[in-house]
Parts: sequence; C-alpha cells; structure tokens
Amino acid sequence: MEATVTTANNEEKTWGGGNEPLGASYGKMMMWYFIVSDALTFSGFLAAYGFSRFKFIETWPLADEVFNHFPFMHGVPAPMYYVALMTFILIFSSVTMVLAVDAGHQMKKNKVAVYMFLTIIGGLIFVGSQAWEWKNFIKGEYGAIETKGGSLLQFVDKDGKRVALADFAVKLPEGREALTRDKGKWFMSDAETLPTYSVAEVQAGFKAHPELLVRTEKLTEKKQKTILTREESEARLSQAHYVVEGANLTRNEYGNKLFADFFFFITGFHGFHVISGIIINIIIFFNVLLGTYEKRKSYEMVEKVGLYWHFVDLVWVFVFTVFYLV
Amino acid sequence: MSHEYVSHTKRIWFVFALLSVVTTVEVILGIYKPGILEFNHFIGLNLLNWIFYILTIYKAYYIVWAFMHMEGEKSSLRWSVVSTVIFLVLYLLFILLTEGHYIFEVFKNSTIKWNF
Repeated sequence: MEATVTTANNEEKTWGGGNEPLGASYGKMMMWYFIVSDALTFSGFLAAYGFSRFKFIETWPLADEVFNHFPFMHGVPAPMYYVALMTFILIFSSVTMVLAVDAGHQMKKNKVAVYMFLTIIGGLIFVGSQAWEWKNFIKGEYGAIETKGGSLLQFVDKDGKRVALADFAVKLPEGREALTRDKGKWFMSDAETLPTYSVAEVQAGFKAHPELLVRTEKLTEKKQKTILTREESEARLSQAHYVVEGANLTRNEYGNKLFADFFFFITGFHGFHVISGIIINIIIFFNVLLGTYEKRKSYEMVEKVGLYWHFVDLVWVFVFTVFYLV
Repeated sequence: MSHEYVSHTKRIWFVFALLSVVTTVEVILGIYKPGILEFNHFIGLNLLNWIFYILTIYKAYYIVWAFMHMEGEKSSLRWSVVSTVIFLVLYLLFILLTEGHYIFEVFKNSTIKWNF
C-alpha cells in the first residue's frame, strides 16, 4: 500500500523519504513525466509530418477530399462530420473520466465504477470509429494513376467532379492475374494483388470518354487541384505506369505517398494509445469493483490512469487539427 | 485528501461545454473555409490556420488545467512539465519546418525535376 500511495508526509525527516518536493505522490509525478516523454514522441511525429508537408506544400492532398465519409451516407461528401463526431466521443469520455476522479475524491465507489465504465465504452466507440475510418481510407473510392515520374493523376468530368476508374475503364481481353505461389515456381510471385484494371484498360477507357479530364496533384492559388485540358490530359496519361486503388504503405490514391504513411503511423500510434488506455481502464475498473481502493482509502490510482486518458484526448486534439483542419 | 474535498462537477461540465463549442466552431470553419481567412496571410500562415492553431492550444490548455487538474498542482510541478514540453516542441518545430521549407525551395528552383 505504501508503495503506491504516499500518505505520510513527515516534514521533520527531510532526507528520510516520504516527502514530496513537487506536492505529488511518486506515482502521479512519474505519470506526469511519462506524459512529458510521450508528448515529445507525438510532437516528433507531428513535426515530421509538418516537415514532409512543407517539403511538398504545393502537392499535398486536401483532407476534405480524403476524409469525407459518414456512416449510412454513401456517396454523399461529408467532410469533417465523422471526425468531429469522433472528437466529441473522445472529449466526452474524458469528461466521464474526470467525473470518476472527482467521485473518487469523495470515496463514492459506485459512482466511480459507473463513470469508469462509461469511459471504457467511449474509448471502445472511438477505436471502432477509427477502424471504420481506416477501412474507408484503405479501400479508397475513385482510384488513380501513377506516372513514371511518381506523380499521381486523378480523373474528373467536365464539372470537375471526381470520376472513379470503375466508371470508365474498359475490360480488355488481356486479363493478367496476380501470380500466386501455387501457380508458378517457388521463386515466382507478385508482391501484391493486382489492381482491378490495368494501365492499358484505363488509357483505353479514357480515350473512349472524351468528356474526362485529368487532375494533377498541384494546388492552384485557390487551393484546388489543377485540372488539365484534354490534350494535356492525354499527354500526361500516356506516361501512366501503375494503377493505384485505395491506400497502403507504398502508394495511395489520394496523392503524396508520405500522406498515407503519416496517416497510418500517427493515427495508428494514437489508436494504440487509446487501446492501451482502455485496457488499463478496464483493470482499474475491476479494481474499483473489487474494492481495492476502498480498502486503500484512496482512489489516487483512478487519478493516475485519468491523467493518461486525458493525455490521449489531448493528443487527439492536435492530431485533429493537424490532419483534418489545417 | 478526501476530507474537506470540494467537488469540481460544475467546472467539469463548464469545460466540457467550452470544448464542445470550440470544436464546433473549428468544424464549421473547416467546412466553410471562408475565403477572407483562407487567402490572407499573417507571418507565412493563413488566418484560418492561425485560428485553428490558437483554438487548439486553447482547448489543450483547458484539458491540461481542468481535466488533468494541473491548476491544483504545485507550481514547481507545473513548470517542470509544461515549460519542458513547450520549449522542446517549439525548438523541434522551428528546426524541422524551416528545413522542410528549404527543401521545398530547392526542389522548386533546381533544374532537376522530382515529380512529373
């Protein structure tokens, strides 16, 4: 018990241990310093994101076009709404957490348990939402073409509305299947599954649809993607090299390759924090139910995990701004 | 500690309302992106992004001070945690963003094309 909560504060023995120069118990102080180091880790990631974004400032993807899905509203562009909902869920779970800490100070065991339970539920909903967001991100919606030089071409109609590859690509009889281990020699296999359409199929489809235009990654003065003329579009498309569908760590249909890498890495690392936070919260929740802290006469443990949980919320506030708003 | 403890419930709900309002404002601005804000710059950053960053830091302040209850800690703890993070983050951002911008200029003005 004394190992986790410092209750005695004997001022006469300055060097005898048990006194708290920062006015916080050992555990709480260390949680704060853990948070400091974790905050610096996240800052490192976000600063690296900023570095890459500054490096490719004229071609970076627009978040509004990437994250515009909302459950049960298929095909309706709804930028921001879903991620705003996720933010509210996380803030609210932070509120229930701080209410649990508050109830803990008043030694109200049942109230602590209820609020801890709500916090866990909120965390689970958040992680589930993030999984859904990842699913949409990985699956993609429109598809794109990568050129030999590594830039990305997307397709729009006359009004500048995005057009999916599936809407215009033709099926050519060439049809190559991805080479799997069971179909070739042991050393022969494709690294990944082939895209739905080949480059030739997209090019043929583009030729057959004269109303289509190519959109490049480059941002205009008005922060929109540049749309080429039909002649320029055909010239660019002749340099096509690879069909990109959805996103993975190598390439993504949204634009700069680093964009998806940072998205996976930063939101993934944050999601990992949320998951570990949920697990810690569950452990503490059961400890509350078992009356561990009632016996200890202190709910400081709830306060410590609360600090961690709020930190996860705090990081999300920054990730939200940096990834979705700016 | 537990005796004579005053409940913070009222303040907690107040902070929750505040964070919700700020987030809503951010989302509305993020959806409509008013041109006056987006295309006017102040020290290399457009006004909309200035607003976003200021509101983010405003939210962060309330999360740390009210939810993490930093306002109740000793000032020695407060300083040792907050000033360390702020100093190192500003330092890191300054270095990396300056470098990123420099590399952008090199790519833009050099004779070698990187993306075509």
